[in-house]
Amino acid sequence: MLTCYGVELASRLFLGTAQYPSPAILADTVRASGTEVVTVSLRRETAGGASGGRFWELIRELGVRVLPNTAGCHSVKEAVTTARMAREVFATDWIKLEVIGNHDTLQPDVFGLVESARILSEEGFSVFPYTTDDLVVAERLLEAGCKVLMPWCAPIGSAAGPLNVRALRSLRAHFPDTPLIVDAGLGRPSHAAAVMELGFDAVLLNTAVAKAGDPAGMAHAFAGAVEAGLEAYRAGIVEPRETAVPSTPVIGQAVFS
Amino acid sequence: MRVLVKGAGVAGLAVAHELARRNMAVTVAEIRAGIGGNASWLAGGMLAPWCERESAGEAVIALGRGAADWWSAALPGHVTRAGTLVVAHPRDASELRRFSQRTENHAWLTEDAIAKLEPDLAGHFRLGLFFDQEAHLDPRRAMEALVEKLSAMGVTFLFGSGQPVPSGFDRMIDCTGMAAQDPALRGVRGEMLILRTSDISLKRPVRLLHPRHPIYIVPRPDHHFMVGATMIESDNEGPITARSAMELLNAAYALHPAFGEAEIVETGAALRPAYRDNLPRVDARDGTVTVNGFYRHGFLLAPVMAQQAAELVFASESDTEPEHEADHQRRSA
Repeated sequence: MLTCYGVELASRLFLGTAQYPSPAILADTVRASGTEVVTVSLRRETAGGASGGRFWELIRELGVRVLPNTAGCHSVKEAVTTARMAREVFATDWIKLEVIGNHDTLQPDVFGLVESARILSEEGFSVFPYTTDDLVVAERLLEAGCKVLMPWCAPIGSAAGPLNVRALRSLRAHFPDTPLIVDAGLGRPSHAAAVMELGFDAVLLNTAVAKAGDPAGMAHAFAGAVEAGLEAYRAGIVEPRETAVPSTPVIGQAVFS
Repeated sequence: MRVLVKGAGVAGLAVAHELARRNMAVTVAEIRAGIGGNASWLAGGMLAPWCERESAGEAVIALGRGAADWWSAALPGHVTRAGTLVVAHPRDASELRRFSQRTENHAWLTEDAIAKLEPDLAGHFRLGLFFDQEAHLDPRRAMEALVEKLSAMGVTFLFGSGQPVPSGFDRMIDCTGMAAQDPALRGVRGEMLILRTSDISLKRPVRLLHPRHPIYIVPRPDHHFMVGATMIESDNEGPITARSAMELLNAAYALHPAFGEAEIVETGAALRPAYRDNLPRVDARDGTVTVNGFYRHGFLLAPVMAQQAAELVFASESDTEPEHEADHQRRSA
């Protein structure tokens, strides 16, 4: 079981709730994925501070844990305010913290991220920070009070898959006991399997599933890949070698030369 | 049979047309003072079922493919059959490939072919998709013309909340969108702009794909262009936000720099009524028929749903106990 802030989760797949063709398809997708946690963006959906209304009710009706996020926030102040609003709306201390630093790549502003994480952790939030694969930033986030890290493996929505496997390995090696959830950049199930094989604890998906031709089918495929990667990591993966090694012993065989 | 249609948005007007055509005595009651101010008034007016398939189920094609013919027959001269052009900037080429995979009935266009279709876009895009069977109309002119035509056909219009709605109708059809207060409906906020410039002309709706801010621009008469539309899960009906206006304007400017010099004639925001599957429904319950949930497909799907609603009413003309048929006659798109 994966434990995040004291909550045990059987599923290693988190799902975003944006960009689906319809709420009905989103509900099918959540069921097909077996996910127990969905993220929901507060900032865009409010459009001026009114309640998100029916859409949020539909999210609650999914019957899974809601992880509100601060998507679209570009400053510490925005992110902190949004997190406080999210606590009110969804009655949860969980917050997926995003502080965007670059409009094109949606790369996190790691300085603003650490500062917001500190403020929110002090206020009792359970912070899930969306960060880069930078080791030192990860350390600072843990110092700021985060107990879970959500590094990217490629820019949000890029579907590029793990770009810097060395950095991801390094994160895993340095923080063996911290839940590490790959957030952003996964495009296909093999990408999810690849990061799970590196020992990551879970993945978060949105675009790769929501924009698929059949979102529920894709979510099911991802769920299988995540399980496969997790099981492979636990089973111990054979390291690649430079040369061929026969799988049957050759000693004792006749030599014809 | 005397039928009351509540709501004079595109759904109400299309239903009234289908009923009047079947020689029923129709009254349309609209709480607003005129036909403007509703979600239909802010619509793009694209009759584009194949493009819409990108983010909707097969149903949108099955239900929407006859829309252009229906509007042409109802309002001769209002429908422009010039197709839809879909483009993306080179950095978003993967969006174009994705769009082509999700849709059908389109052809790939090279830079030269784009220039032939839309000379003002020459040199701006290297690749595009052309949906030649699609059409568009001007929603405002179409609605005004439909009110005029229906009045001539004998339909009574009651505008404004001050008017007492007469009683004694055999059937009531509720086409009031969000105002129907149906708990199964949610609002999907849409924001739009109308620009005016004579520096560029387009013959057909152009969709500019972008991973975050896809937009469409629909040419309207007198150098006007409708730019739309945001899709926000919210029940807030307030004015357009600065961010949305910026995104729409940025996208328009990215389509062609001439839009940078255009006048902003109008901005608007409204709620699209939507059910969980984002498809419209005709429902019959306790003698009342509801036609609702058009989401972003009012002009595209109103014809077929209006036909369904009219057939339902027509079929029940001799039926004295309409409430018994509630479950059987519920039709879903």
